[in-house]
Amino acid sequence: MARFKKAGGRKIPGINTGSMSDIIFMFLFFFMVITTIREVTLLVKLRPPQASEIQKLEKKALVSFIYIGQPVQSKYGNESRIQLNNSFSSVSDIQAFVAAERQSRNEADRKMLTTSLKVDGETKMGVVTDVKQELRKASAFKINYSTRKKGKVTE
Amino acid sequence: MARISPELNTGSMADISFLLLTFFLLTSSIDTDQGITRRLPPPLDPNNPPPDIDIKDRNVLKVLVSKSNALLVQGKFIDIRDLKETAKLFLLNPQNSEDLPEMEEKEIAGLGKIKVSKGVISLKNDRGTSYETYINVQNELAAAISELRNDLSKQKFGVKYSDLNDRTQSDAISKAIPVAISEAEPENIGGK
Repeated sequence: MARFKKAGGRKIPGINTGSMSDIIFMFLFFFMVITTIREVTLLVKLRPPQASEIQKLEKKALVSFIYIGQPVQSKYGNESRIQLNNSFSSVSDIQAFVAAERQSRNEADRKMLTTSLKVDGETKMGVVTDVKQELRKASAFKINYSTRKKGKVTE
Repeated sequence: MARISPELNTGSMADISFLLLTFFLLTSSIDTDQGITRRLPPPLDPNNPPPDIDIKDRNVLKVLVSKSNALLVQGKFIDIRDLKETAKLFLLNPQNSEDLPEMEEKEIAGLGKIKVSKGVISLKNDRGTSYETYINVQNELAAAISELRNDLSKQKFGVKYSDLNDRTQSDAISKAIPVAISEAEPENIGGK
């Protein structure tokens, strides 16, 4: 006769955690897609001012960045400096920088190149004005003052 | 005896992927590429100075941001909170007042005949002005223009300017209310 044998008492089966990793991986990919790893190491302190009337920069491949702010390391002094790519630069380097940025894009995109000015809020306008004058000379007319978002000022 | 190969223990897999997840969360930044977009004017040619265009005094709103971050509009100190209203009044000239800019009737496709202000906001800053103040001023001026555009767009098409899908409609609005902000050639007003 058939005998039904119960192995031990009634046990609550453990929760299957096999799919857990898939879920986490999904999270991981999600974050990898929506974020960008910083390509440059910031050498300057950057706390852009807030503004409400902001536009998003659409084509990220067509944006070149100029960072201006106080150096992070105090050995470089606390005068506002300009950072291009990964090093401190002076105002006179900007035209070469813009030319190099243009060179690295293909012909059709060159006109659409935007320069994003990431400037610390405490910077004096003198430096920014100098940079803007250089950009005009380099005919990089489209600029974007990078800002953080804030709510409506007065409603 | 047939051996049943033991199942791989996947319990730690979740931990590993969590680790990766936290790593990416820490090293990356969610994109903050946004800001106020402006167009710079082409450089002046020293051999070929631009013709002296006679802009009437009433058509210019002089905005000056001083070294000490004070705001002067037409030579008078004003609070930054009042700047937007001042700019709106200047660009709209609702009462056709004599000292506010002239309005010129223009034919714009999609809108018909409409009064377009000849007013230009001239923004000047000192080398010592802080960038934050400058951006605040730019922001207020941009807000003034976008509110005017929204008002006109709502009045003509019933939706906000940013919600206009039709290209010709949004072009018409932006022609009727242009971004008339001009930045003066820099000069050293108050020293460094």
